[in-house]
Amino acid sequence: MQVNPAVQSYVIEARDLLAQLETMLLDLEQAAPPEAVDSVFRALHTLKGGGGMFGFPALSAFVHHFEDAFDLVRMGKISVTRPLLDAALAGRDHVIALLDAGGDPERTDALANSPEAASILSQLARAANLAPPPVAPAERGWMVHFRPAANALMHGMRPDLLLEELASLGQCEVKCLAQGLAPLATLDPTQSHLGWDVTLHTTQGRAAIEAVFIFAEDAELTITEIAPPEVETKAEGPAQVRSTAPSRAQHNPETVRVPSLKLDAILDQLGELVIAQARLNQIASRFGDSTLDGLVEEFQRLIGGLRDTTLAIRMLPIETVFGKFRRVVRDLSVELGKEVILETEGGETEIDKNVLDRLSEPLVHMIRNSVDHGIESTAERVAAGKPAQGLVRLAACQDAGEILITIEDDGKGLDHERIRQKAIERGILAPEATPTESQLAELIFAPGFSTAEKVSSVSGRGVGMDAVMTTISALRGSVEVMSRKGEGTLISLRLPLTLAIIDGLLVQLGGDIFVMPLIAVDECVEFDLTELKRDSGRTMLAIRDEMVPFVDLAHVFGVPVDGVARRRVVIVRAEGQRMGLVVDDILGQHQTVIKPMSPFHADLADFAGATILGDGTVALILDTTSLLRRLLDSPSQALAA
Amino acid sequence: MSKTVLSIDDSKAIRDMVAFTLGNAGYRVIEAENGLQGLDRLRSEPVSLVIVDLNMPVMNGFEFIKKARSDAKGAGIPILMLTTESRPEAKAEGKALGATGWLNKPFDANMLLTVTRKLAG
Repeated sequence: MQVNPAVQSYVIEARDLLAQLETMLLDLEQAAPPEAVDSVFRALHTLKGGGGMFGFPALSAFVHHFEDAFDLVRMGKISVTRPLLDAALAGRDHVIALLDAGGDPERTDALANSPEAASILSQLARAANLAPPPVAPAERGWMVHFRPAANALMHGMRPDLLLEELASLGQCEVKCLAQGLAPLATLDPTQSHLGWDVTLHTTQGRAAIEAVFIFAEDAELTITEIAPPEVETKAEGPAQVRSTAPSRAQHNPETVRVPSLKLDAILDQLGELVIAQARLNQIASRFGDSTLDGLVEEFQRLIGGLRDTTLAIRMLPIETVFGKFRRVVRDLSVELGKEVILETEGGETEIDKNVLDRLSEPLVHMIRNSVDHGIESTAERVAAGKPAQGLVRLAACQDAGEILITIEDDGKGLDHERIRQKAIERGILAPEATPTESQLAELIFAPGFSTAEKVSSVSGRGVGMDAVMTTISALRGSVEVMSRKGEGTLISLRLPLTLAIIDGLLVQLGGDIFVMPLIAVDECVEFDLTELKRDSGRTMLAIRDEMVPFVDLAHVFGVPVDGVARRRVVIVRAEGQRMGLVVDDILGQHQTVIKPMSPFHADLADFAGATILGDGTVALILDTTSLLRRLLDSPSQALAA
Repeated sequence: MSKTVLSIDDSKAIRDMVAFTLGNAGYRVIEAENGLQGLDRLRSEPVSLVIVDLNMPVMNGFEFIKKARSDAKGAGIPILMLTTESRPEAKAEGKALGATGWLNKPFDANMLLTVTRKLAG
């Protein structure tokens, strides 16, 4: 099958619309301003119209039923009810399936005639008090020729309003007939001189078109039906199709859709550019030529700007995944018989697309956990004097070069005692350990931990939170849990803005240079032997009255140390723990373009990738989170220490 | 800025209904009790639409339409006349004088709003 680019555009647009539709439907559930119904109706209308034009007639026919129902809502004939929204949400999912069928007639037929489709439609019909409607009227094409009478303008006719009204009936293309127009000097401005040929595609009949021109009796008006377009004419190209949808084009005139692969390629090349520029810097510094230095500085500034812009292009508002969560919470609260609402805040916060894509799953998991384990049953809540409706709050904001995402519930909070018992039972925690509440809270992320009495279909077997931690660490983020019994739980995620370029700290160890993500670095201190303490076999460093364990990276990586006198300690933080890493020297800060490790080395857990320095040498980037986890061994030993 | 609609009718009930319906839809409605008053209002401020009854004392609707169309302030302003089924010929007469559209009485709020939007945008 020949792929028509216009069809692809439609599919992309339709998916966007469907995502918006879900949000709008969920909005309607909470409070329904009249505009919200209009937006739903418009979205349905656009979906339907495009479906007819771009080879999804079954989709178009299916959506038509929902459009009808929401038209009734819009006209105030029926009201928004839970069953209606249930049907509409189910319908929306079915439309996605139809879209996924990609116009393949067999799959489409199977879907359109499936019992699910029939059940959704009868659900809708019941909800809207509609008799199951007969076959939807097909979209037909019309050619409307219209030339107002000469005195029409004097008589108060507004041809622009008529054309707009015509456009509201469907997709229309307007051609202005300005032939025979007198020169400006002799033109009578009070008279009407123009005519229009309008090609209109609409499901409405001739009567609806005639009704537009009801007051224009003395105008020249012909309405002729045009034969349905054949497939070949549809494939003429996107330019024509685009011009038939002016309203959509106007709606967002400055947006360009680009495949994300192209953005990845740009970023990749930009990375190379940053590296090349660093080399140029280094070489230029050898010459001491002020003209060359000026030029190099100019390059540096320009590349910096280019980097910021490129990264900004990849940023998407986190809203795009927030919408999904409202559905999750809604479906889950129905399933569990709890009343839970999800509040979101900071949906406009932008985050790198790659981070966003990988973030969605762990977030879903944590939200499911909040609803399942956090929020109590309605009866328990009322008994505890809380509002019957549970609240899960999802917020995002940008905080010092990082994205901070919080998931907060007003549920029963973590049961620290039960976590402790469970952790001991599972051998995650030594029985004699006396961990703090926050240390206990973090145990919920430990592998193989689950406090749920029974495994429910909802929040899994405790493999989830562990997986959440793994994903967040892989994104170079961190997780923190705060909980108060009876009041709720707050989980904070901190994530880098982007994955591709980081600010790094260059450190020297033996003859090699390593990069530590600056975000993980708390502080750098001198290695002072007098501050050394020994505490049950572990070497500790006293920093402002705090005992911080440390290790010599030279031992960890087996790098020979040749009696360097002055050594330094970089204090890094991961998962709420601090640790000192001893290095030979700290070289400075470095814009680090992360290159992934080769497949052979991808399993090396301690490294997040590699980068190329200005002089062309390769430096390994430390994955401080996994390094610290390994060095601190398992949490139980760390806590037992 | 909201559009101004001039409602000319000797019946207060109709004027109130027009003012209420269009007022709720975001239009600003000014009123006159007959054609003569209507012309005064039309000359005193710009309006986007005139809704005029045909049968009125002092100056009826036909006379108003004729005068309005020959006045610089009234030429080209959409004029909606309120007609009745009982005199279909009035429609043609009003159109010939320059009325833009008509609305048969009795009408409901939705019909009024639809026609208003059609003529005034």
